[in-house]
Amino acid sequence: MKKIIALMLTGCMFAALAGCAVAPAPAPAAPAAAEETAEEAAPAEEAAPAEEAAPAEGLIKVGVVNNPPSESGYREANVNDFANVFTEENGYDAKFFYSIKNDEQLSAARQFITDGIDYLLVSAAETTGWDAVLKDAQDAGVGVFLFDRMIDCDPELFEAAVVSDMAQEGETAVNWLLSLDLPEYNVIHIQGAMGSDAQLGRTGALDEQFESGKMNKVVQQTATWDEAEAKKIVESVINSKEPFNVIYAENDGMAKGAVAALDEAGITHGVDKDVVVMGFDCNKWALRELLAGNWNYDGQCSPFQAQVISDMIQTLQSGGTIEGLNDAKQIISVEKGFDAREITEEDIETYGLGE
Amino acid sequence: MSKNKQSGFFANYTQLLIPLIAIIILVIFNLFRDPSFFSVSLASNNNGQPVLQGNLISILNGASELVILAMGMTLVTAASGGQDISVGALAAIAGSVFVKVLKGGASISPFTVILAVILCCAVAMIFGSFNGMLVSVFGIQPMIATLILFTCGRSIAYWINGGATPTVESPIINAIGSFIPGIPVPTPILIVILTGILFCVLFRLTTLRLYIQSVGINQRAARLNGINYVGIKLLAFMILGACCAVAGVIGVSRLSLINHETLLINIEMDAILAVAIGGNSLGGGKFRMLGSVLGAYAIQMLTITLYAMKVPSTDVKAYKAVVIIILVVMGSPVVKEAFDRRLKKYRDKHQTLTGKEAA
Repeated sequence: MKKIIALMLTGCMFAALAGCAVAPAPAPAAPAAAEETAEEAAPAEEAAPAEEAAPAEGLIKVGVVNNPPSESGYREANVNDFANVFTEENGYDAKFFYSIKNDEQLSAARQFITDGIDYLLVSAAETTGWDAVLKDAQDAGVGVFLFDRMIDCDPELFEAAVVSDMAQEGETAVNWLLSLDLPEYNVIHIQGAMGSDAQLGRTGALDEQFESGKMNKVVQQTATWDEAEAKKIVESVINSKEPFNVIYAENDGMAKGAVAALDEAGITHGVDKDVVVMGFDCNKWALRELLAGNWNYDGQCSPFQAQVISDMIQTLQSGGTIEGLNDAKQIISVEKGFDAREITEEDIETYGLGE
Repeated sequence: MSKNKQSGFFANYTQLLIPLIAIIILVIFNLFRDPSFFSVSLASNNNGQPVLQGNLISILNGASELVILAMGMTLVTAASGGQDISVGALAAIAGSVFVKVLKGGASISPFTVILAVILCCAVAMIFGSFNGMLVSVFGIQPMIATLILFTCGRSIAYWINGGATPTVESPIINAIGSFIPGIPVPTPILIVILTGILFCVLFRLTTLRLYIQSVGINQRAARLNGINYVGIKLLAFMILGACCAVAGVIGVSRLSLINHETLLINIEMDAILAVAIGGNSLGGGKFRMLGSVLGAYAIQMLTITLYAMKVPSTDVKAYKAVVIIILVVMGSPVVKEAFDRRLKKYRDKHQTLTGKEAA
């Protein structure tokens, strides 16, 4: 009996060892399988082109590695943007892959290179680990573009990167606020989750104004992107009876929370009213608040990078060189800020996120 | 005889001492800092309705979701001897269902709102019974069993609606989340009172309290006495599910929007804390719901105090932690016993003294 058990255990051990040896091997071929898992997260129509993959004549083959649309409203818009620009009508044969995991993204990128794409477009889940794949791409003559997120690597390995500058978003918003030329600035500053990219960028410019004394900090508090918490923060200021005339919320949801507190307290807000309301992210519902004059400003974090990349690819295809890059080979997306006095229905349709 | 009765009366209420002391200290501290801190005034809101305003109202209003969840959490804690850490995620699911149903109809009428509330309650109770089944039938530790829903709950909430932050605008939703026209008290406070009354009636009219306590104290003994402990535990989790649904509906209605990632985020920890501050044993058994309710208000009062003091964003959690450490240590058995010993010594001494005088 013992012998049999011993034999079985040995068998198990060998099987386990064999499993270890075999498991990593199919990794490069994984994208096909991984795409199926990604399909759950990605809307079906976007995953479909990857499966058909009928290489038509004269089309530019492009492989897009991105994060899944379920990540956020931003990502949803970003994914749709790429799906709308890299179409057959525009002369592209595009394959898409979505994952929030770096290793899955890496093996998908390898598979794309093996499939013989002309250009690889990457928004990496993590900033590290991409050197080898990008080197492979270079050896295979594949042009690499980064979008939305930078990768820690030698700039020689990619053609260009199209990224957002969070600090610039904050500056655009604060400059707009200064342009209002209010007699005094008593600001309630509601921050996002401390330490996130968006929070740091959007806080920076306003902090400078507080330090220079141009604006008066009534309260600066984090609501960690939570709408209800933002409402409580504004309520506590209202209850303290301290005067304020600007609410600078670092996203739309928190601005909505702040406005709810104002409404309950009978304080008017919006264009030509007592309190100036500022939000970020440009959700469609938020832009409609702007159009109705209930809010004053909404800052954009542009998810639309596809057209810029498409233009660059066309330049390369026609034998030109890409211009307008900075030292790190980046192109900074132009971030818009919407003013309630100027926004139009068309802007909401073009730039609004979500429904 | 009368003395015995009196000490018995106090013994019944010593459990409430810690949350009461916490609240009293916070009240004194705030009055000292700003004498008008608790002043309540009648103002009119942007719709021209009369509404009550002030920090006291903010605290009572803001704590509503937490109080309701703490009530449900008390039952689960008492019956199962463990905690449900998925309440925030479950509230997000319930809120998503609520929004989904409202957006499904052509227009939002009182009928669709009632339908949406019933449906989201049902869904939340189904999820609650899933948690309850893992705990009662399969005997999994509550914290591990509810870890499943804690992990995937907010993703499920996302799938229900798809979009990032769907909004629902309607005067009825506004009435649930802030004020019913003509009534100056915020509606969430009224919902809390209603929930409290419901629980009181439930405990008065049924043997639920006794059954839950006996299951929590000794499951086997309860079974030998003919109590179906599987059913009782399941019921506790389902009641908590309904509480999550109510909290989710309030949370969504406050701002007419659902953000599945941030709705009632981290509230599970506050709910468990409220139960603990309320002097209830986290190991199950006897419970006092009023303790948890007071605990929840103490937590909310602490948060509002920190906001009013303008504590920097980066330090808020550290301050909160310090106060909580003090409260939990004060309520710990070691400190309690030491306190009781002192009290007894003092009493004995006092008695012998008075005895001598009498002699």
